[in-house]
Amino acid sequence: MTSTDFSIVLPEVLLAIYGMAALVFAVYTGKDKLSGLVTWLTAAVFVIVALWIGLGGQGSRAAFGGLFIDDAFSRFGKVGVLLAGAAVLVMSHDFLEKRGFAKFEYPILVLFSTIGMMVMVSAGDLMSLYLGLELMSLSLYVIASFRRDSVKSTEAGLKYFVLGSLSSGLLLYGSSLIYGFSGTTSFAGIVTVVQGNVPLGVLFGLIFVMTGLAFKVSAVPFHMWTPDVYEGAPTPTTAFFATAPKLAAMGLFARVLFDAFGGVPGDWQQVLAVIAVASMFWGAFAGIGQTNIKRLMAYSSITHMGFALMGLAAANAEGVQSAMVYMAIYVAMNIGAFAFIMTMERDGKPVTDLSALNLYWRVSPTKALAVLVLFFSLAGVPPMLGFFAKFSVLMAAWNAGLTWLAIFGVIASVIAAFYYLRVVYYIYFGSEVEPLDNTKSPVAFALLAVSALIMLVGIVNMFGVDGMAAIAADALVK
Amino acid sequence: MDNVLSIVTFLPALAALMLALFLRGEDAVAQKNAKVVALFATVITFVISLFILFGFDPEDTGFQMVEEADWIMGLKYKMGVDGISVLFVMLTTALMPLAIWSAWDVKVRVKEYMIAFLLLETLMLGVFTALDLVLFYLFFEAGLIPMFLIIGIWGGPNRIYAAFKFFLYTFLGSVLMLIAMIAMYVDAGTTDIVTLLGHEFSHDTITVLGFHIVGGFQTLAFLAFFASFAVKMPMWPVHTWLPDAHVQAPTAGSVILAAILLKMGGYGFLRFSLPMFPYASELLSNFVLWLSVIAIVYASLVALVQEDMKKLIAYSSVAHMGYVTAGIFSFNQQGLDGAIFQMISHGFVSGALFLCVGVIYDRMHTRQIDAFGGLVKNMPAYALVFMFFTMANVGLPGTSGFVGEFLTIIGMFQANTWVALVAATGVIFSASYALWLYRRVVLGDLIKESLKTIKDMNAREKWIFAPLVAMTLVLGVYPSLVTDLIGPSVTALLDNYHAALPMIADAATH
Repeated sequence: MTSTDFSIVLPEVLLAIYGMAALVFAVYTGKDKLSGLVTWLTAAVFVIVALWIGLGGQGSRAAFGGLFIDDAFSRFGKVGVLLAGAAVLVMSHDFLEKRGFAKFEYPILVLFSTIGMMVMVSAGDLMSLYLGLELMSLSLYVIASFRRDSVKSTEAGLKYFVLGSLSSGLLLYGSSLIYGFSGTTSFAGIVTVVQGNVPLGVLFGLIFVMTGLAFKVSAVPFHMWTPDVYEGAPTPTTAFFATAPKLAAMGLFARVLFDAFGGVPGDWQQVLAVIAVASMFWGAFAGIGQTNIKRLMAYSSITHMGFALMGLAAANAEGVQSAMVYMAIYVAMNIGAFAFIMTMERDGKPVTDLSALNLYWRVSPTKALAVLVLFFSLAGVPPMLGFFAKFSVLMAAWNAGLTWLAIFGVIASVIAAFYYLRVVYYIYFGSEVEPLDNTKSPVAFALLAVSALIMLVGIVNMFGVDGMAAIAADALVK
Repeated sequence: MDNVLSIVTFLPALAALMLALFLRGEDAVAQKNAKVVALFATVITFVISLFILFGFDPEDTGFQMVEEADWIMGLKYKMGVDGISVLFVMLTTALMPLAIWSAWDVKVRVKEYMIAFLLLETLMLGVFTALDLVLFYLFFEAGLIPMFLIIGIWGGPNRIYAAFKFFLYTFLGSVLMLIAMIAMYVDAGTTDIVTLLGHEFSHDTITVLGFHIVGGFQTLAFLAFFASFAVKMPMWPVHTWLPDAHVQAPTAGSVILAAILLKMGGYGFLRFSLPMFPYASELLSNFVLWLSVIAIVYASLVALVQEDMKKLIAYSSVAHMGYVTAGIFSFNQQGLDGAIFQMISHGFVSGALFLCVGVIYDRMHTRQIDAFGGLVKNMPAYALVFMFFTMANVGLPGTSGFVGEFLTIIGMFQANTWVALVAATGVIFSASYALWLYRRVVLGDLIKESLKTIKDMNAREKWIFAPLVAMTLVLGVYPSLVTDLIGPSVTALLDNYHAALPMIADAATH
């Protein structure tokens, strides 16, 4: 019994053991001199575990009496999270080293937060949900303020911590209400209690839990922390924030809604739809006035979360599939975009002003072209893959009868297109300013190029991601 | 050549890829190479596209040279041409080499300029050959990207405003179409255009937010498509992006914009709106007809007072597109034939007019009408060519412009006599603005100091105009070249259209 349980959580356990071993090893030997080694090793471990989970796993199993679920859906989420984590780790090392804070704790903190995310997408119980969420968040609070000597970075960490604790509190309060009224914390138990008629207390609890989760995916109206934290945190951290945790939180969102409340979609569908519309529009409008590219990406991710939530709001397997496809494409785009943002510097100093991009294409036509592809893809303009992400969630919403949601969605996408175009405008037809450096950072540029190529080549068959997402969604939505 | 359509469509993109990967540097040799490669690629594309034209059987009203393959998310990669689309494919492949050749004097970022045009050609050809809704949308929308860059990078002083306006206007129109496409996909279970053409979309009245919508699904989908095509056309009152885009775009960009990109709207009406939503088309036909004639009269009057030559021609394009939409929504053989003919003819004539402006703009770097006058003295050949295309624009019998206007007005007359009456006044207006423009620019005394040394067209410019003059004349005296090719397909379209209507009328009375 116990051995079977442990064999199911083996990837997480091994990752945790690796993390602690690496920590001890680095502390007693070279400390920060080993940061490069630890970074690459951790990334390699991520990729190996992702391959192991992706290729080896099959079927649907539960461990520890349903606390931890291993099914196609959790595997989809885990592979995505691990690959995103690996990509962000390797591309951030140059940046951190140049700024002199390449510490060996950084990759290890990312590792622990990734383990938290893996637990999140596998959660089968309110307890494991909270465990995973906090493991992820605590590590994230630390890496947000990783640049201790920078006021902005510590401010970002503190803001994230205070607001994150608040949302955790809301989530816990909701969990306790659900437990109190349904008598169980396990999703499987909750779903049998709330069939057809939902006790008012559970409904209250559900709303609080959704609030906590909406905070993690930075959906409006719980998005306030996003622009400040994105701007203040060191760029590698921002890149991480924008990718893996979003995917994991969206996975957890789907898990809670379908595993625990799948029997009563009517009670959360409308809430999700409203959050989705608000996120799409607020992200689209508020992004227009931004002058800092990291803040712009924050609003961009708010809009994107709105679209992904539109998929979940469809409340069926097709919806979950489309949301997962959306998240996968979103993560791939953001890795490329942040790989570029990380290399934006002038005289060796990082800059994040949009206007610094003026006529960047004269500095490096190839990189400018890759950024052009990525930003049109973010805007959802065909033929880039970003269009297919939007297309799939719109299809799902329409099929589920959420006609108005789909119409609002496309209108928001036009508004948001304006600020993506602005980036292209600065790069290609801005005015003369002191140009950015032509930074040499091979890893970041490799990722930028790969990400842009994925956006173009992916339209041939999406690399099979939609098929995998369909299997994942079927595992979740019974 | 089973997949000649794919070859023709993607050949320019392949050339663009080669330019992007293998051509380095900004020196004169590299620039020359970029231009030669682009010209060569477009000429080869044109030559291969001749196989489409000669392999095309006009008697067959179905789609020909069809290619089909599975794609992602239940969509299909499907291409094919029928009598309606084949001529647009030819128009595109024929005009692209001329546009590239006309850009021979561009000095800034030549490689990127050529890449943008080659990609644009692929996307335009894709629009006319795609037989899958989403594939069509993909090409239709993607064309915005190179055009956005062409206007924004190589355009005039106010290019950024124009580029953004162009992009956002057309993008907003298109996303509504996307919603309608999703609705059609859900309704019919396929995105295959051939199947959708045979699918009957519901026209039962539905209620949305308390409004009773006559024609139901058809009306809503029609309006969504209309939002996109009307902007693209452009129809009054959503035409305002066009003058801005034209004025700011470089010459070759204006040529392609006027000659081909505008035709996507008309093509869309013929491919989607009419055959797929016949009930809604019939219901809204008067609305569209009146919008069209307002466009004809209004745009002609606005053209009269323009001081910028490109803007004047842009407004004249709006007016001429008014004939196209009015012809299409007359629902008879003459109207539809005339509309397609007008689009082809306008492709040559307006393209040539923008080239004419380009010729003197390259010399004087201004497009203001009052900066010119008396050009005939130093530029006799130019005066002749400009005269010819001015007349074609006015619709002088013997030129292709006449046939299109004449046929569409006949069509309108049968559909709605009042509309035809108002539209006919547009013919007079077009004569006044076009001839007045010609008088102010070319005739009169050469008094401006700066113009005294202006040189006539060089050999390259003359050779660019030669095929355009030839096509305008040939189509003007022998219009059957076009109408024989499109006739059977248009007849089939109309037969299906009218066959769908009585059933609907019966259903409505019961």
